[in-house]
Amino acid sequence: MSDKPEKFIDENGLRLDGRQINEIRQMKIKIGVLSRADGSCYLEWGNNKILVAVYGPRELHPRRLQKADSALIRYRYNMAAFSVEERIRPGPSRRSIEISKVSREAFEPVVMTHLYPGAVIDVFAEVLQADAGTRTAAINAASVALADAGIPMKGLVSACAVGKVDGQLVLDLNKAEDNYGQADLPVAMTQDGEITLLQMDGDMTQEEFRKALEMCKEGCRQILEMQKEALKAKFADDTALPVPDEAEETVDVATALEDVVEDSEEETGAVEPEAEETEEADESAEDIIEEDLEPVPEDTEAEDVEEEIAAEETDEEDADEEILDVEEEFIELIDEDTEDEEKVATEGSETREQ
Amino acid sequence: MSVLKKDYIYNLMLKGKRVDDRSFDQIRDIALETNVIDKAEGSAWVKYGETEVLVGVKLQAGAPFPDSPDEGVIITSLELNPLASPEFEAGPPKEGAIEMARVTDRGIRESGAIDLNKLCITKGEEVWIVFIDIHVLNYAGNIQDASSLGAIAALMTTTIPAERDGKGEDMAMPMRDMPLAVTLVNIGGSLMVDPGLDEETVCDTRITIVSNQDGSISGMQKSGNGALTEEQAIKAVEMACEKAAELRKAHLSSI
Repeated sequence: MSDKPEKFIDENGLRLDGRQINEIRQMKIKIGVLSRADGSCYLEWGNNKILVAVYGPRELHPRRLQKADSALIRYRYNMAAFSVEERIRPGPSRRSIEISKVSREAFEPVVMTHLYPGAVIDVFAEVLQADAGTRTAAINAASVALADAGIPMKGLVSACAVGKVDGQLVLDLNKAEDNYGQADLPVAMTQDGEITLLQMDGDMTQEEFRKALEMCKEGCRQILEMQKEALKAKFADDTALPVPDEAEETVDVATALEDVVEDSEEETGAVEPEAEETEEADESAEDIIEEDLEPVPEDTEAEDVEEEIAAEETDEEDADEEILDVEEEFIELIDEDTEDEEKVATEGSETREQ
Repeated sequence: MSVLKKDYIYNLMLKGKRVDDRSFDQIRDIALETNVIDKAEGSAWVKYGETEVLVGVKLQAGAPFPDSPDEGVIITSLELNPLASPEFEAGPPKEGAIEMARVTDRGIRESGAIDLNKLCITKGEEVWIVFIDIHVLNYAGNIQDASSLGAIAALMTTTIPAERDGKGEDMAMPMRDMPLAVTLVNIGGSLMVDPGLDEETVCDTRITIVSNQDGSISGMQKSGNGALTEEQAIKAVEMACEKAAELRKAHLSSI
């Protein structure tokens, strides 16, 4: 059943989908698409369709999970059952648990968690349609959704992958390149070029790794521009009327969702129920066998990152105006929140003492 | 408590020192014994400093995956046994254990260390499934590298029990490479190889690089809630490849 193409790069140096080797796929970003979430983002990247919601900072229950000096970040990466060719079993897999962990760690260095002790910031990333590079796409969307939620950050995080096909490094793998390529290196970076996510599998020399990292950096820079543009489009224009705007966008997502569902119905018709394979997964074997693990929400080994963040708090000159504006707005909101939280906290402890 | 520890380790780092007097690029003493479990088809016991890991390899004939009908299957699991640390709890594996198992698995899989085609019994119907089970017995830092070394050593001593199962003649595990993980931690901007318990507890970033005999890289994973600079990532890769070559020479060449 191998539909492996003979060549990934033609004589003109173009890839199967007509891109240059250092060209990323088309990306569309929409902000504030979900009315209930504090921040949200719908992102399309090639055929990837990703929806991210951010809730928080909000009080964390159970209370024993609360951190006295900072907020906890929870990140849930989840693939919809219909997001890939062959239906995947819903719920966390070992793959999605790992991706959730490294993605959370991609944001922990930039989110100013020390501002919200005892709180939690929830990031829910839902892959509606997968087409190679979903973890990086989800990170790009989550970064924008966090900004939309007004969560103070040192900067935006942007992510993309470099892979190797036909012995050549290419930026932003498509499905065929991901499935049959020789290597895959997903990277997330801050706007200062600090690496917050780095994974690799496949085969690369040290020299190729150095070059790949350069390519990732350039890719992330381009994505950062798009993220900024999207935020500007939403927040820079104060005269924009939020209500019709949001309504329109919600409709768009709904339409997109319908498309996805239709697609999946067509596909699932031909799928045997037993053949459960994460098409996108690099290690299908593992995922199938070990799929029925339960997710355990847990207090993870988050360490003292606050010190560094505090030290770099002043280091904001790069931050764009619109982000700052949003931040200010939300810091006000958050101040109220914090008061509320304190109230709740006191009440809570009183009850406990009784 | 951990703030004090962090300060202490950071201040030592400024003087170019580590808590256990190692240099930044020095791995702890390693002990390795193979074939320690007779019932397993291959096994290895590894000691990295005080960290102890036991790896067992079992084989079972089973169905291949539809997308690779003529290839054997590798399944790696890692258990953070509650006997290994006061922090570990019984129950289904948590994200840390899953991550380490998957990084070990990717290193072995992506390097092509096992010739999976040779594990095919009948194309499309039956192949050998290789179960690599990693038991952490004592946690004193850097389970990742101990697991990786243990897994590859156990695989190298594995015999495929074909006669037992009536599937032809016994054969040695068809190994083609010796991928090894080397983990470094970032402490205040300095990279230290093979973190001990305290170093691993206080560091905010850890990076694991799996490299092969020819110096190529087959896996990488940044872990922890900090960031790395590009220079650090490149330096880590260089150091890891160098250290992996040393480890291979010292511990695997004699198996």
